[in-house]
Amino acid sequence: MAILIFAETYNGEFKKDCYELASYAYDLASEKNMSVTAICFNASNPSELSNFGVNKIINSSNEELKDFDATIYSNCISDAFENENSKILILSSSSNSKYIGGILAIKLKAGYITNVISKPSFSNGFSVTRNTFTNKAYEKVNILSENSILGLSKNSFGIKENSTKSEVKDIKFNIKSALNKVTSIEKMTTKVTIADADIVVSGGRGLKGPENWHMVEDLADILGAATACSKPVSDLGWRPHSEHVGQTGKPVSSNLYIAIGISGAIQHLAGVNSSKIKVVINTDPEAPFFKAADYGIVGDAFEVVPKLIEELKNFKSSNN
Amino acid sequence: MKILVCISHVPDTTSKINFTNNNSEFDKNGIQFIINPNDEFGLTRAIWFKEKNGASVDVINVGLQDTETTLRKTLAIGADKAIRINLEPKDSSVVAKSIADYINENNYDLIIAGRESIDYNGGMVPGMISALTNINFIDKCINIELKDGVVNASREIDGGKENISTGLPLIIGGQKGLVEENDLRIPNMRGIMMARKKELLVLEPTEYSNTLETYNFEKPEPKGKVTLISSDEIEKLVDLLHNEAKAI
Ligand SMILES: Cc1cc2nc3c(=O)[nH]c(=O)nc-3n(C[C@H](O)[C@H](O)[C@H](O)COP(=O)(O)OP(=O)(O)OC[C@H]3O[C@@H](n4cnc5c(N)ncnc54)[C@H](O)[C@@H]3O)c2cc1C
Ligand SMILES: Nc1ncnc2c1ncn2[C@@H]1O[C@H](COP(=O)(O)O)[C@@H](O)[C@H]1O
Repeated sequence: MAILIFAETYNGEFKKDCYELASYAYDLASEKNMSVTAICFNASNPSELSNFGVNKIINSSNEELKDFDATIYSNCISDAFENENSKILILSSSSNSKYIGGILAIKLKAGYITNVISKPSFSNGFSVTRNTFTNKAYEKVNILSENSILGLSKNSFGIKENSTKSEVKDIKFNIKSALNKVTSIEKMTTKVTIADADIVVSGGRGLKGPENWHMVEDLADILGAATACSKPVSDLGWRPHSEHVGQTGKPVSSNLYIAIGISGAIQHLAGVNSSKIKVVINTDPEAPFFKAADYGIVGDAFEVVPKLIEELKNFKSSNN
Repeated sequence: MKILVCISHVPDTTSKINFTNNNSEFDKNGIQFIINPNDEFGLTRAIWFKEKNGASVDVINVGLQDTETTLRKTLAIGADKAIRINLEPKDSSVVAKSIADYINENNYDLIIAGRESIDYNGGMVPGMISALTNINFIDKCINIELKDGVVNASREIDGGKENISTGLPLIIGGQKGLVEENDLRIPNMRGIMMARKKELLVLEPTEYSNTLETYNFEKPEPKGKVTLISSDEIEKLVDLLHNEAKAI
């Protein structure tokens, strides 16, 4: 029996979380004597997944599958699930995967768990731990149905290389017609997105105004990071809404989160707390963010950030 | 046009979260409940449709009697009628099936749900309703306009937005952007008086079996103490991030 993963591509390249899904599935498959099958669309180099333990790669190359469409993608994935006699589907937490997760749960009559942060445990049926109450708690959930879908929270398992012999198959699916017509796509950033970033640099009201954001951007550039902001900053129009992170904004679960001039209100922390390492830069030693952070600098962002950029430049040039 | 807004009743964002019954249930004691923020944006957008294009706006919740205060609030804000399906929401698929049954019997043109509930963060109910009713779905919807039967909508994608043209009927998973924070309405006295006279229909649920069962909640370990670095020694931060945290 195969565990199926949906490996998302962007312009033909696998998104990084595909490797995490594959590593997760491989680990589970080895324990349960199963194999791993991946489904992907128009991947330019599908066999890349064989480095992460995937045994079979179904890569459907088709102009009609070029852009994401929830109806079409969910139909193909559910066909693959049935053809492979699969019982477990693993998805990422990207916008697109979350979009089709609920649809697939009904189609496949599967118990669906999102924000999964643990490997399954089989001591009490089939259960996993998930993040809930916006990182304020963990929840252990048992799947009661025969089929299951796990939506893996980013960075909760990590990437592990496992070189495997794999076969690549190009399967032609029966493609339904799309119900949504995409008229245009507007990319706000040509840089790394908050969803994909390993490092996120975030600014709050302490930065005083949009004209000071060059510091945040410079810091992000040197780290290869995405930029984000607190809610009032996007409400004030200093930064686009797509950068608003927190309980009512985007969730962040990066490896490193750097908060500059952000007080650390409960709604902000809730959304960023699952980041592994948190750094705070704030003039006020009493700011609540210091209680949630791993590293902190009490100081004025206008002095600290330029110095930090300099130090990072030195670090980068001596490490290259 | 008939609009249905799905309302999830959630703890206020500042709530301290606790569990009871041997850590198997959320402790509602002392918790202030609110309309799920994503649903409040959707409700406000629905009321704009009502005011500008002419529409009826019903709201639906799957929950026990304690959610009626939240439903009354949506009526005070301007919804016409509320439906409560009398069932403790423990499994998203059961919630979705209950709402889908109601939709299948009562034909709506537009169904507005939220991208996710801020309590359990499932993010699954609207997609499930779509598959159960065979109605087209747009998730993370940040704008919706309707003209001559054509829907022009936008959805947030990672790093930008996608503009979509489609038709009705439609389900959206909504969020901020449908309307902005300062467009949200606080119920006024007149609204509250009128809400008392509006219909709040309570329906008994069809029984569906659960696909999931939560058996334990746990709170994260308290965080260790922060390592403070003097602003004169920023090279130390770079060193710690590299050698200790292995984050750069
Ligand atoms: C329903 C609801 C939902 C919410 N959802 C979110 C959410 O999703 N995300 C979110 O972020 N917020 C959210 N909030 C808002 C939240 O409560 C806070 O108001 C917000 O996070 C504060 O943003 P801030 O830290 O940028 O600003 P402030 O609270 O104003 O903090 C600014 C900080 O900058 C520091 N500072 C000032 N000058 C400097 C300087 N020169 N150098 C360094 N530091 C300096 C100050 O000491 C202060 O700590 C929500 C609120 C509500 C009611
Ligand atoms: N118990 C419920 N009653 C009515 N609508 C709900 C309920 N639970 C979730 N929803 C709707 O589904 C959306 C997504 O919720 P969830 O899938 O629980 O994250 C919410 O924003 C609501 O619009």
